[in-house]
Amino acid sequence: GKKEYDLLVIGGGSGGLACAKEAAQFGRKVAVLDYVEPSPQGTKWGLGGTCVNVGCIPKKLMHQAALLGGALKDAQHYGWNIAQPVHHTWSVMAEAVQNYVKSLNWGHRVQLQDKKVKYFNMKGSFSDPYTICGLTKSGKETIVTAENIVIATGGRPKYPTHIAGALEYGITSDDLFWLKESPGKTLTPFVFNVSLECAGFLTGIGLNTTVMMRSIPLRGFDQQMASLVTEHMESYGTKFLKRCFPTKVEKLESNRLQVTWKNTELGTEETDSFDTVMWAVGRAPDTETLNLEAVGVKTNSETGKIIVDAGEATSVPHIYAVGDITEGRPELTPTAIAAGKLLAQRLFGQSSELMDYENVPTTVFTPLEYGCVGLSEEAAGQCYGSDNIEVYHAYYKPLEFTVAERDATQCYMKMVCLREREQRILGLHFIGPNAGEVIQGFALGIKCGATYPQLMKTIGIHPTCAEEITKLHITKRSGLDATVTGC
Amino acid sequence: DYDLIIIGGGSGGLACSKEAAALGKKVMVLDYVVPTPLGTSWGLGGTCVNVGCIPKKLMHQAALLGQALQDSRKYGWQYEEQVKHNWEVMVEAIQNYIGSLNWGYRVSLREKSVTYLNSYAEFIEPHKIKATNRKGQVTYHTAETFVLATGERPRYLGIPGDKEYCITSDDLFSLPYCPGKTLVVGASYVALECAGFLAGLGLDVTVMVRSILLRGFDQEMAEKVGAHMETHGVKFIRKFVPVQASAFFRSLHSMQNYFKWHMQNARAVWEGFDSVLIAVGRDACTRSIGLETIGVKINEKNGKVPVNDEEQTNVPYVYAIGDILDGKLELTPVAIQAGKLLARRLYGGSSTKCDYINVPTTVFTPLEYGSCGLAEERAIEEYGKQNLEVYHSLFWPLEWTVPGRDNNTCYAKIICNKHDNNRVIGFHVLGPNAGEVTQGFAAAIKCGLTKELLDETIGIHPTCGEVFTTMDITKSSGQDITQRGC
Repeated sequence: GKKEYDLLVIGGGSGGLACAKEAAQFGRKVAVLDYVEPSPQGTKWGLGGTCVNVGCIPKKLMHQAALLGGALKDAQHYGWNIAQPVHHTWSVMAEAVQNYVKSLNWGHRVQLQDKKVKYFNMKGSFSDPYTICGLTKSGKETIVTAENIVIATGGRPKYPTHIAGALEYGITSDDLFWLKESPGKTLTPFVFNVSLECAGFLTGIGLNTTVMMRSIPLRGFDQQMASLVTEHMESYGTKFLKRCFPTKVEKLESNRLQVTWKNTELGTEETDSFDTVMWAVGRAPDTETLNLEAVGVKTNSETGKIIVDAGEATSVPHIYAVGDITEGRPELTPTAIAAGKLLAQRLFGQSSELMDYENVPTTVFTPLEYGCVGLSEEAAGQCYGSDNIEVYHAYYKPLEFTVAERDATQCYMKMVCLREREQRILGLHFIGPNAGEVIQGFALGIKCGATYPQLMKTIGIHPTCAEEITKLHITKRSGLDATVTGC
Repeated sequence: DYDLIIIGGGSGGLACSKEAAALGKKVMVLDYVVPTPLGTSWGLGGTCVNVGCIPKKLMHQAALLGQALQDSRKYGWQYEEQVKHNWEVMVEAIQNYIGSLNWGYRVSLREKSVTYLNSYAEFIEPHKIKATNRKGQVTYHTAETFVLATGERPRYLGIPGDKEYCITSDDLFSLPYCPGKTLVVGASYVALECAGFLAGLGLDVTVMVRSILLRGFDQEMAEKVGAHMETHGVKFIRKFVPVQASAFFRSLHSMQNYFKWHMQNARAVWEGFDSVLIAVGRDACTRSIGLETIGVKINEKNGKVPVNDEEQTNVPYVYAIGDILDGKLELTPVAIQAGKLLARRLYGGSSTKCDYINVPTTVFTPLEYGSCGLAEERAIEEYGKQNLEVYHSLFWPLEWTVPGRDNNTCYAKIICNKHDNNRVIGFHVLGPNAGEVTQGFAAAIKCGLTKELLDETIGIHPTCGEVFTTMDITKSSGQDITQRGC
């Protein structure tokens, strides 16, 4: 029979909202369900999804707070007289960040209203392929039917439940950004970008922070760059416990947390006490309560993510999925948004354009930022053979670091190209300030099929860090010293 | 005596000399700084290093840090309310860094076996120059090929008292005392950048503009740059005509310079300033180096040297690069590129010419402006308004939300040629780190960037640059571009 809505989106995050709003532009009847299950510590938030509430936005703002701490130190070299002591108050920062996030929640609700998209603050699950049962916080049930359904429920941080005390006493990024009081002396075990970014800004605002990692940092990223990032963090003041993994967390009388861990290198067991333990062991797709099995939507048995084709369609016709919940896609806001928009355009706008997931640029917002697009050196070597790739690289010093007397040891960039005549660029990696801004335009260049000679023909803007990319000329193969001087 | 003699040890000259030496040639560089009317002078390296890009960006950074200090309180940082800036500390730090660059260049030339003379060079006959050092000692040198890279110096107003009482950018960056209440005469990027950072350091700044801001740049962007400066405390006096500058003694301890000017069609006005900075343009240093003696033609109107597309003057063995070129961009990277490629063509068997198309630039005003390609007015002139589509957007850098400043001020615009696949022919961005943002886009434009490719590219979130990957609104649609959220 006739369904209530043309499109129902489950999940009001980056992907879901983009899809819903785009569909509404075509005059369709659209509804969005969004519901935040409180974290084990009880944290919850409003409309907008991970990015807005517990991801990119608060992360970058707190990163900025930490960077400003650095600016305060620099300023003195540039002639600004700042009376010591200088200290940071968590609650002032947290309140400002949380207020901004709340204004975004509000903004999203207004936008949905303006675009006549119906919003339900309910947790959805499938009753049948065209019917969703929505549950409010108070337990009230509402049935919603739609011709097309898009699943965009995203993911939530995992807990290492095999470690005693992990769930009861630890927090995750879901909680960190909403803490009213300072986390104090913090331990962040395991090393996905989230934990490095958080450890970075916690260190920057003056907190005693330790990162614990079992093996390699930033798995999946270029490993040379990952080492430079962690090296910088170490010189910046973050403590690293390498080749260690936690075995248990206990609460002390003082309310502090005692963490015990194994040091695999020394074969010893060690302990220390912390105010906060923040787990960053990865994110799990939020599919548990969707009741996917009942309608036959297939998921990847290992990751639990929903399997989709190039058009974001699941194994069930007219049920689609976008964003972090989908298998094999980058977990990034802009890809979710783009995928959501294109899906709506294909469903209702007579478009046939598919999402292009190649060469998606990204940035890790650690104290010294790392931006990249394309292949890592390892991946390029694997794909084409290390004899067929040429890597141009340079250690550089941002001009602003000179007067500030800042250490630029890890400021580094490299371009991975094919060695053959045209020298097409396969990957570009940059560590330095404003890495995201630097890489964005070059990502476009790579989309245009940029080659090394074309980049060399581009005149630099002086003085910037980005211009050094247009001047890369020392190859790794040559073995020459790659330190370049700006002027 | 030499394969190559280069007159001028600035960005272009040094780049050319080092490249030629690397190709095994016997090279000499002559560099000499004629002191300013106030006696300011500097070392090897040219304008960029000593009195241009480098000190300018460092002082701009000092001003930005002042803003960062204010922002930091909103982010939870606490320290004493009163924060003041000490000019002398800043200048000393900057001059020390410049000194290290001067030294670095001398070492670099030595290492590459380039002969360096700190002497003033003049042609006295074909293939031969006379070199005069500071002490007046004269030597003579000959070479098969010459490169002119003497750059420019600030122009004065040509009215009574300007040389005695006013300073220029040549003096500002090493000024041993704080300039205080400053009048900046001019609306070039030099004028606006200096006015911008002086205001950012807490000084009382007025900018005197005869007609338009940033002549040659996209005027919509120029006006936005100026508007932002005005919102942040810089005073603008527009449509003035200067008459006379003179100094009055105010007290035994301070002397203010009183500047008198005419508003267009109105009476004369006097106002007192601690410093008057003249930034009305730069003149090529080509008039007293003996060019007439060997027949090198210059453009009489501006003193610049016309060259062909291989940087060759009308005299076959004399080339020219950098700011003195007629009709070319006055930018360090352009001079460096031209210098390198010239050396490679002369001695390395290369035939690659310098590509002057779509050279990106950035104006480092408090709100930075980066651009590549055509200004909107130029694009309309060249292609016709109906053949263009202009996409634009306001944006609010995430970092400015918490301190709550300058919402709906940052602006992004691209100009596309409808008849060429919506190819991007003009890129403009007004916002923080404009140079870093613009650089990559310049490379993309070199690779033939189109609107479609922009739309297909995923943005990095959250950044300012990503705004270009999601621009939907065209100027022709007339839609509102006010921003409301994530």
